[in-house]
Amino acid sequence: MASTNTEVGTAADHGGSGSFPPFDASTFSSQLLWLAITFGLFYFLMSKIALPRISSILETRSGRIAQDLDEANRLKTESDEAIATYEQELADAKARAHGIAQEARDASRAELDVKRAGIEADMAAKVAEAEERIAGIKAKAMGEVSGIAEDTAAALVDQLISAKVTKADIKSAVSGAKG
Amino acid sequence: MSGVPGAIAFCWARAQPDKIDEADLANDPIHQFQISKILPLEAMGLDISFTNSSLFMVATVGVSAAFLIMTTSGRGLIPSRLQSISEMCYEFVADLLRSSAGSEGMKFFPLVFSLFVFILMANLFGMFPYFFTVTSHIIVTAALALLVIGLVLVYGFWKNGLGFLKLFVPSGVPAVLIPLIVAIEVMSFISRPISLSVRLFANVLAGHITLKVFAGFIPMLSKIGFVGVVGAILPLGFTVALTALEFLVAFLQAYVFAILTCMYLNDAIHPSH
Repeated sequence: MASTNTEVGTAADHGGSGSFPPFDASTFSSQLLWLAITFGLFYFLMSKIALPRISSILETRSGRIAQDLDEANRLKTESDEAIATYEQELADAKARAHGIAQEARDASRAELDVKRAGIEADMAAKVAEAEERIAGIKAKAMGEVSGIAEDTAAALVDQLISAKVTKADIKSAVSGAKG
Repeated sequence: MSGVPGAIAFCWARAQPDKIDEADLANDPIHQFQISKILPLEAMGLDISFTNSSLFMVATVGVSAAFLIMTTSGRGLIPSRLQSISEMCYEFVADLLRSSAGSEGMKFFPLVFSLFVFILMANLFGMFPYFFTVTSHIIVTAALALLVIGLVLVYGFWKNGLGFLKLFVPSGVPAVLIPLIVAIEVMSFISRPISLSVRLFANVLAGHITLKVFAGFIPMLSKIGFVGVVGAILPLGFTVALTALEFLVAFLQAYVFAILTCMYLNDAIHPSH
């Protein structure tokens, strides 16, 4: 090792002082000690002061951001709920309006039906009355037909054979013909 | 914070060994890695002097820690520009660690963060002219790499017991191949601290030497007259481009070190492949 050091030293060091400084073992103890002191102090300062402090700063910030996000989410949920309530009420009102319109339509239709039923009943009664009258007239006319036939038969017999036939004969003959 | 570069310059001026003259300083690409004592100290027969390297370690740690602590002292809900830089660093490393080692790996977050920021700042400090680059010394990068690998080993065995050894036996391998695969896995594990430390050290070292060599061409060529001055434009352009590249490398090597640390820690947490 020592020979290598000297070689490197002499090869690289033109007129300098002795061996190549990074391989000069006489400086090692001092460098190691001061490195231990300074790096140890640095590690202590970092682990006890600087890093916990920065960590707490970053945590506070991310906590604050999370809190703000939560708040925003909460507000969003609230506004969503308000919109849902509004739409629900709108739908209810529409349904109610529809119901009212339906009711009115039903009521008017029912009234109309009652009226029509009344008129129809009235008309049916009138038709029945008329039919009854027609039947009466018809019966009366039919009753008068045999009288007219008897008279006509009597007149015809009289004209044709000049024989006097009794009313009763004619009547039985007519009713026999009518059969 | 403005006092720091001034203090560094003052100490640097004190730290210059007077035996090297200006010409040497300008032409020697290795001189920038020289360690010089500012405050000579010794304990138990070991040299523990406060050197220019120690000074820049202190500066790196001081500036980084001061920045990270002071910019976040307002704890602003809406961050200021500087505070958001600190937050970005935090989130960058946190995402890195979480994506490679999962949420369980977050217990190592202070270490990974410290490593990343320390290496990044040390590299960036090295980009200032006349500044010393802490990470250009293999002993520093090796110490950091061994810290990581040591932690991986200790935590891996502590958490998984001997189950940690499953790391070396990938599942679904035919029994015949297991000895070979285990040998390869062990080798790759052993080479981790070496590659981790040498990668950072070599990148920083090579980058600084290249930069210094190209920059050294400029005064050298300028000395030979008009043609030299015109010719010096080329190395000047190279120097500018290399400086930009070195800034990229400074960041990239810190990032690579951090992400590899994350992946090695992931092995310690979840040893089965």
